[in-house]
Amino acid sequence: MCGIVGLHLREATLYPRLGELLTAMLGEMVDRGPDSAGIAIYGDGIWSPDGHSTVTLLDSPLSATELATALTAELGVAVSGIDKSPTTVLHAPVDYEILTAAARTAAAGARIIGFGSELTVLKGVGDPRELASAIGLPKATGWQGVGHTRMATESAVTATGSHPFSVGPDQCLVHNGSFSNHMSVKHELEREGVVFDSENDTEVGARFVAKQLAEGAGLEKALLALNETFDGFYTLLVSTAESFAVVRDAISCKPAIIAETTDWVAMASEYRALANLPGIGAARIFEPEPEEVYVWHR
Amino acid sequence: MAPVATTPAVTIDLSTSSIRQINELLASPDAPQALTITNPRGAHALACGLDAELEVTIDGHVGYYCAGMNQHATVTVNGNAGVGVAENMMSGSVRITGDASQSAGATAHGGLLIIEGNAAARCGISMKGVDIVVGGDIGHMSAFMGQAGRLVVCGNAGEALGDSLYEARIYVRGKVASLGADCVEKSMRGEHLAELKELLDAAGVDADPTEFTRYGSARNLYNFHVDNASAY
Repeated sequence: MCGIVGLHLREATLYPRLGELLTAMLGEMVDRGPDSAGIAIYGDGIWSPDGHSTVTLLDSPLSATELATALTAELGVAVSGIDKSPTTVLHAPVDYEILTAAARTAAAGARIIGFGSELTVLKGVGDPRELASAIGLPKATGWQGVGHTRMATESAVTATGSHPFSVGPDQCLVHNGSFSNHMSVKHELEREGVVFDSENDTEVGARFVAKQLAEGAGLEKALLALNETFDGFYTLLVSTAESFAVVRDAISCKPAIIAETTDWVAMASEYRALANLPGIGAARIFEPEPEEVYVWHR
Repeated sequence: MAPVATTPAVTIDLSTSSIRQINELLASPDAPQALTITNPRGAHALACGLDAELEVTIDGHVGYYCAGMNQHATVTVNGNAGVGVAENMMSGSVRITGDASQSAGATAHGGLLIIEGNAAARCGISMKGVDIVVGGDIGHMSAFMGQAGRLVVCGNAGEALGDSLYEARIYVRGKVASLGADCVEKSMRGEHLAELKELLDAAGVDADPTEFTRYGSARNLYNFHVDNASAY
């Protein structure tokens, strides 16, 4: 069992409240996943400053300061680092591919858990409410955020196993459920040159979507292809720098509820995570239908 | 003539009380005859396990298993309900003015469950005697292995309706996406029109019984063949 929350803001006056709203949503889903958590924020001016790429790493052998110093020397531009242990957030005024490659070399053994220009991914082990407080989530700002509370069942309680999985630029995928044919999909993707970080089933879904998007498919088409390709149980929340999407498998035993107003679109595993959103009383509230792809664009 | 004893209406705000406090009060001999619960905000297991002729009104959306195992009580939710509303109900009635999530009325043995909006997948799964009236649509795999009771759907039904049905009867006014294994359309005789009218009236739904189609078990699966009894 895991908990998913996501908030896509349409009304700019709410951007300063993104972190506060997402923290409250995440807190309501702790019962569903009390052992670890991950969050992703789009558009926070401090975590993902304008004109910079942002790369987040998990379990870096170097401190944020050491890593920033080493990368500044390596790249010849000012690289800054923020310590959000066990996550390190790096910024530099270069393309994200350059920063990602340099970080991968400088912080050997660390895992890249997010990269792009808008997106910051943070993960940790422990009570999700305490994690949110420790990383300063309540003060985060931005236009879109997703969160995941995990109850580890198929692998150890580690930050690595926390969602969201972010394997494409500014992309995130959060999964409640378990794929059943992911190994065969993984082998096909590996034959096509896709490289994996883990044995996790959700990573296969994220790599599949990232590959579809990289090949030019829109998010809706990518998720329809996922429906065709994957078996098993899944409620997925997928986000990009432009979009926010939800899809469920044909059986739809993993819960999902969506609320929509003119100011925002929100999705969660359960209604109680949405109950305190501003204007919820006037929201259109519905459960996503099996195998329907729901996409909202910025 | 002595004045009729009336119990003053009691209201409890869930933003300042715990679910356990409310459920303990409802299960106690001092339970108020009528209780209104405000600010449920999707809380789980509200008004569960009631066993008296109480009237409970919940103003707002509720979470999982609301009014589960209900006996005798009348529970009204002015909002939506999460997974498994009125699951294993034995008697009494539960009304949801909005939509219900999956497995509404699962395994319920008796009573009346009314969902004025839509019900999601597996509505009435393994129903064992409950009557369920849905004002809108129902999702896939509804009434799966339904053993007894009636399921009335004023809108459309999703895929695999009534799969592996025993004796439960299903009435659908709209379209059925597909019938499950061994579920077939059946004729509407006078007794069916009469029982459907009774159910619609009990639910307070204004619909014409003649617009509905009846579905039930074809009784062709393994357990319906007497020859298989020799296997034991």
